[in-house]
Amino acid sequence: MPGSLILSTLLFAAAAFFLGRAAARPFGTGARSRPVYHGALLALWVALPGLAVTVAWALAQPALLDRLLLAGLPAGSVDAIGTGGRALVLAQIHALAEGRALPHLDAVIVEAGARLSRWREIGRLALFATVAATLLVSFLVARTRITPRLHARAAVERALTVGLVVCASVALLTTVALLVALLRETVEFFRLVPPAEFLFGTNWDPQVAFRSDQIAGTGAFGAASVFAGTLLVAAIAMAVAVPLGLLIAIHLVEYARPGTRAWAKPALEILAGVPTVAYFFAALLAVAPAIQHAGRALGLVVSPNSALAVGLVTGIMILPLVSSLADDALRAVPQDLRQASLAVGATRAETVLHVLLPAAMPGILGGVLLALSRAVGETMIVLMAAGLVATISLDPLGTTTTVTVQIATLLAVDAPFDDPRTLAAYALGLTLFVVTFGLNLLALRLVRRASRTDAS
Amino acid sequence: MARPSLLLAASTAEPSPPTKISAQGISAWYGPIRALENVCLEIPSNRVTALIGPSGCGKTTFLRCLNRLNDTIPGARVTGTIRLDGVDIMGQYIDVAELRTRVGMVFQKPNPFPKSVFENVAYGPRIHGLAHSRAELSVIVESALRHAGLWDEVKDRLASPGTALSGGQQQRLCIARAIATQPEVLLMDEPAAALDPIATSLIEALIDDLRESYTIVVVTHSMQQAARISQHTAFLDHGRLVEVGETTEIFSTPREKQTEDYITGKIG
Amino acid sequence: MTSLPPPDVRRDARRRRRRAVDVWLRRLGAGAVVFALGLAGLMLTAIIVASLPALTQTTVRVDFEIDPTLVSATDPAAGDFRAIVARGAAALFPDAPPAEASAAQRILTPAATRILRQEVLRNPDLIGRRLALAVPAAGPYDQLARDHVDRQAPETRRQLDDADIARFDRLTADGRVARSLNFGLLFNGDSRFPEVAGLAGAITGSAMALAICLAICLPIGIATAILMVEFAPRNRLTVVIEANVNNLAAVPPILYGLLGLAVFITCFGLPRSSPLVAGMVLALMTLPTVVIATSLALRRVPMAIREAGFAVGASRYQVVLHHVLPLALPGILTGAIAAISQALGEAAPLLLIGMNAFVTSVPHGVTEAATTLPTQILLWSESPQPGFVARAAAAILVLLASLVALNGIAVLLRHRAERRR
Repeated sequence: MPGSLILSTLLFAAAAFFLGRAAARPFGTGARSRPVYHGALLALWVALPGLAVTVAWALAQPALLDRLLLAGLPAGSVDAIGTGGRALVLAQIHALAEGRALPHLDAVIVEAGARLSRWREIGRLALFATVAATLLVSFLVARTRITPRLHARAAVERALTVGLVVCASVALLTTVALLVALLRETVEFFRLVPPAEFLFGTNWDPQVAFRSDQIAGTGAFGAASVFAGTLLVAAIAMAVAVPLGLLIAIHLVEYARPGTRAWAKPALEILAGVPTVAYFFAALLAVAPAIQHAGRALGLVVSPNSALAVGLVTGIMILPLVSSLADDALRAVPQDLRQASLAVGATRAETVLHVLLPAAMPGILGGVLLALSRAVGETMIVLMAAGLVATISLDPLGTTTTVTVQIATLLAVDAPFDDPRTLAAYALGLTLFVVTFGLNLLALRLVRRASRTDAS
Repeated sequence: MARPSLLLAASTAEPSPPTKISAQGISAWYGPIRALENVCLEIPSNRVTALIGPSGCGKTTFLRCLNRLNDTIPGARVTGTIRLDGVDIMGQYIDVAELRTRVGMVFQKPNPFPKSVFENVAYGPRIHGLAHSRAELSVIVESALRHAGLWDEVKDRLASPGTALSGGQQQRLCIARAIATQPEVLLMDEPAAALDPIATSLIEALIDDLRESYTIVVVTHSMQQAARISQHTAFLDHGRLVEVGETTEIFSTPREKQTEDYITGKIG
Repeated sequence: MTSLPPPDVRRDARRRRRRAVDVWLRRLGAGAVVFALGLAGLMLTAIIVASLPALTQTTVRVDFEIDPTLVSATDPAAGDFRAIVARGAAALFPDAPPAEASAAQRILTPAATRILRQEVLRNPDLIGRRLALAVPAAGPYDQLARDHVDRQAPETRRQLDDADIARFDRLTADGRVARSLNFGLLFNGDSRFPEVAGLAGAITGSAMALAICLAICLPIGIATAILMVEFAPRNRLTVVIEANVNNLAAVPPILYGLLGLAVFITCFGLPRSSPLVAGMVLALMTLPTVVIATSLALRRVPMAIREAGFAVGASRYQVVLHHVLPLALPGILTGAIAAISQALGEAAPLLLIGMNAFVTSVPHGVTEAATTLPTQILLWSESPQPGFVARAAAAILVLLASLVALNGIAVLLRHRAERRR
């Protein structure tokens, strides 16, 4: 319904554009702006109020109606059942209003359903009338202002600028909303579970804690083991990705023939574009069983979803990131330095190890930190590959769990939004955000410093 | 060890013929572009040889053939023979790292490593294992810096970064870095191009001093500079060697019309 | 210093060692390149091999009598298709006792009823006639047809007993069993039964989410970059936005899922599991990619172009729209390519907004429940039945293929944009 209204508003605005342009044509060269701008300005003046009314109405109506509905129910019939029950009652009324037949309902609710659908019909008509009136009035008012003296282009461009600012603020709003969402739920969570308990407790068993209706604070939300698992996986991943990535970058920049570089570089870029699920699946399908077999051959007991397998695959996943950032950093080292080193008789290896690597170090470190941040954030791989057992253990052959996995598992059960499990997911999310934010800040600073020294 | 050792050949070479480097029929290409065409040039020992000519004439390319630094440029190709003390250095099996130890180079733009002054000079001796202790290394560094005429200016700030020095000081640091590995030949690619007149005169005086110990090849844009510092001059144009001889002769009685036009400023 | 030191044995050894280090570094680097690409190749091979069983499907040809007493022509939807399937299955073994009829039916997929129903609803003329239909075989029989069942193993350790196997062998002898390309993988919705589960729902869901994502993130991202580079270079707002965008680019994707859950679903009340919410979440996630790529492209346009425009009296907007944007288009398209790859392949945030729901129908609107390709892969790979793992592998191939195709289109577009300038 709002969709079709928005569409008709836009059509009306298009008509206004042509009318405005036609009205400005006779002004000729005496006008301050070309007719196109007069048309555009008229269209804007029409469309904006119309859209604003539609959107505001669409946002406000459901909540308003819900409040009216609840107020309209007989006193005492909903007060006793709490928030969850109220939501249920509302859901029932909504289902009725949409024409679905539900058995075993209170007469009060059936009646409320009928009332809701009636109100909605009224709302629809009222909205239509309001929008039509707004469009007409704004068109008539704006039309009188189309004169040769109107600086239509400046006005249109001002409006465009406002549009640009609105678009740019989306990115800001995203950050704000992310922070607010994470912080609000986390504060809520810390009301149930003390922060120290969460950060340093070692017993993580959210499902048990609420099965027996016990209130938290019993240590079932001690996330230290989850953090330990994340760190273990990230450490293994870095141990794979950093040396391999550096070697690859060194080889491609300093040693490889141009022909080799021409195919190896795009191949690595393709690897970087492979979706994470593909890596996850490969971990589950091939890598974890292979490691288990290898472990058995060596007489070791390896759990089928070892942290080693997960870390290995995460490492392969972030490898292209490390190698391409190291590649950039190495190639940003001025050619002068390379030649100066070669000119005193250094071998390529000495040039790389003593001159190029130290000069490129800030950039490389920045890349490594970015990769680490990615490894910490992307350990969802474990969702498929590793188990969900949270234990503090640095045994790479045992199962493990990570922050991202726990977020996904906690929210996989369709719990109400104020359930401590949901809140715990947000607390874990905030931790993840803080850690990756710190890593990124450091990384960007290093990379920026690296590019500054190149420029000098 | 199948590779001919430069060191062995060098030690047995007779010092009596004053030719240090002999280049025969050198041609060079960057991709499809021909930069040098059949250049033959003898470079005498313990003299300063200046390479002059208009820009793009192949001076720098020729210079970079002498320590095979063109190898590092993708698509560059060089043919011909270059003998250093009678040993061909163009061969596939020559250890270019060792060659460059013996043939040092100073670049047009000062390019100190982003390390301390001391580390800049110590870099060569360290990778070549010329010193067996920190004390020996210090001696080498000090003597190189003294040779380069920089010691008095930097002796109190050996630990500060080399990039913090002034342009002229940086270039002398690069010279010190080049001579610290005790090369026999020093290649200088317009060593004063990026410097102001005072720094330039310091560098020129230094080159004159260094002639005692090294064979020096200097690429320069400036005729006056070539006349001031060199004993031998070679004039290149469009990748060809036009004329070579004693500097005094070249500047006073050039044999070729082309050389005369260039020296008197009619071309270039 | 003109005389060289005598050839020194120690120096010679050192030279050899230095050269060895050089050679080893080169070999290690080459080894690392080969190892990384080889391992990736191995993973891809493993996925392809695992997907092979899902590319074909064993079918059994069954003759169904569409009895008008069971399915009335006036209301075919209410017909008793279950009974028709049971009769059709029993008719496969006319001489078997009626007690074995249910065993015969177990050869067919449990979804046979639904398949038949769809067939008849699509073509009501069939009522009263006989319909020969190739019905997918149930999972265990599919395995049997592929010789993945060890017939020598003791009966108790097999899913199928000897009588089951004998029955199926007879169908094979009758020429009713065939193996055909599994088009259902692309055109069916999801199902509890691997033999009829397909990606149609996931592909539709992904396409809708991707369309919404691009419709939001491209205009907003490009507008943000234009504001940053062309209109407010170096003022405080720009600095804040730029730092903020850089930071957002590195926020782990799963956090966008938390954001979507808290804002779009809980706060705005948009429907869970819908491509609409998925597209919005993906749009926020890919926004920094678009902004960064676009501002890079805009900054690379030479200042002289803008000055030329200003010099003939064009306004800033005219300069940007007529001169700068066309030149920056290839770079912007590069950003769009990156955004597409990111949005199509990401699973983590979508899990949190319920895109891993079990949905058998293909969504018809952006607010209906749906899955996407990556979340469908997760769903299937966690299913215990053997058929689903092969299907997950095949789904990964579909995902990779669509990524390659979309990238290819974008690269072509970029080429054209580059040629035009």
